[in-house]
Amino acid sequence: MDFVSGLRCRECGRAYPAEALHVCDFCFGPLEVTYDYERIAATVTRERVAAGPRTIWRYADLLPVSDPSPVDLGAGFTPLVRADRLAAELGLGELWIKDDTANPTGSFKDRVVSVALTKARQLGFKVAACASTGNLANSVAAHAARAGMESVVLIPADLERAKVTMTTVYGGRVVAVQGTYDDVNRLCAELTSERPSWAFVNVNVRTYYAEGSKTLAFEVAEQLGWQAPDHVVVPIGSGSQLTKVAKGFEELGRVGLLDEVPTVRISGAQADGCSPVATAFAEGTDAIRPVKPSTIAKSLAIGNPADGWYALDVIRRTGGACASVTDGEILDGIRLLARTEGIFAETAGGVTIATLAKLAASGAVRPDERVVALVTGHGLKTVEALAATEGPTATIAPTLEAFDDAFEAFGAPAGGTDPFDLAGVPDGTPGTDPSTRSVR
Amino acid sequence: MSISIRVPAQLRTLTGGAGEVSVEGSTVGEALKALDVAHPGFGERLFDEGGNLRRFVNVFLADEDVRFLGGLDAPVADGQTLSVVPAVAGG
Repeated sequence: MDFVSGLRCRECGRAYPAEALHVCDFCFGPLEVTYDYERIAATVTRERVAAGPRTIWRYADLLPVSDPSPVDLGAGFTPLVRADRLAAELGLGELWIKDDTANPTGSFKDRVVSVALTKARQLGFKVAACASTGNLANSVAAHAARAGMESVVLIPADLERAKVTMTTVYGGRVVAVQGTYDDVNRLCAELTSERPSWAFVNVNVRTYYAEGSKTLAFEVAEQLGWQAPDHVVVPIGSGSQLTKVAKGFEELGRVGLLDEVPTVRISGAQADGCSPVATAFAEGTDAIRPVKPSTIAKSLAIGNPADGWYALDVIRRTGGACASVTDGEILDGIRLLARTEGIFAETAGGVTIATLAKLAASGAVRPDERVVALVTGHGLKTVEALAATEGPTATIAPTLEAFDDAFEAFGAPAGGTDPFDLAGVPDGTPGTDPSTRSVR
Repeated sequence: MSISIRVPAQLRTLTGGAGEVSVEGSTVGEALKALDVAHPGFGERLFDEGGNLRRFVNVFLADEDVRFLGGLDAPVADGQTLSVVPAVAGG
């Protein structure tokens, strides 16, 4: 059984039962799942978590639905990778990458969708639907297929090719809408009133769906040996993930999985072409002005972010920062992460890394902090972004001579000995570099 | 001028279940005030104490967010459709 005590409006505090409700009937404020934390604290232990599956469902006690057989493709418990080479490039100390590219459909959305569809199925829904910038579409279509549910996915018509294919292949209905994500989202919000028998994961079951993002905080703390980091950098689309990461760390303290409620600075990352939260942060205002997005980071291209106010509040309350980066910086961020740590992120990951670099340079992220950056989607989803600039180092005829000629032209790597040198035959000693640790 | 207003499920208790109602008005603000007169209760749901749209209420005129059109002062033409939509969705 779950430990949910009900739903509550974040704006006016009105209470609601744990049904398919997402906004307050009175003020349209978002509804938040409330839990009986005393009962959770009396039940949950680190050992109980450790004995659970290697998925988000090891934290079922802190999720809004309980099911012995959830709608599950194995989301969560992704690697937390120590990133010393990237840290050195950025002038940081202890830096970790939460590598959510490793989820079943290649993004963090599997966390929220697994929770949303498990709850939707429990509530009796037969159809899963969503408005998506792509990653959610992939995940809803896949999880619906897994659960034997029908799916109806609405996406902006200009989406990356891979994200379209990764949705249609699962056999659901995919509707491309001529407009921005905000247009798609508005259409879905209206459709929810007309098609109440469909579970729109990020509309009428959004209250449950959003809770899945807490597992990012739970995993980071567990993978650090049940310790909280000092600072987490989170990309902002709707702002939901950022607020739920903060809620996750707080809950770990409340239920005793951490010794106390930790102090974790949370910083936000946006693209210049869609930066309503970063702009409000920079201007010191609470008013988030909607924008018309224009950025290669399409998964973050939400011009009217539903949780923007709350994300801004978390950033300010925790002493974090918020910044935005250009499309060029996003591509540099993707390459920097790939080159230093072997992780290929989608454009949203480039936003996170480029913003991390910017905040490190400004001193907002400090070298004495234990820092975690969330890389939330796989680079294969957005290869178009790099297509113009990435290619083979050389293209040659299949001969030794041509290879030698081409290789000569590359020149030696900068600094130290040349590892390509023919005289340098490896001695066969296995690498013992402790910096390549990864926790999973 | 006759304006059509689409009402979300959460507020249809105020319209006797209707998802679309007609009102008169020449601006977004006038149309919404007329909606409150015809169906009392809309005013306190849509507007805060200062008379501004609540921050989680989105209003669209011909599918465009009125915040991009001049807000409550945006002019509306005969036969246009206003949609009242909860802001909390997506992401």
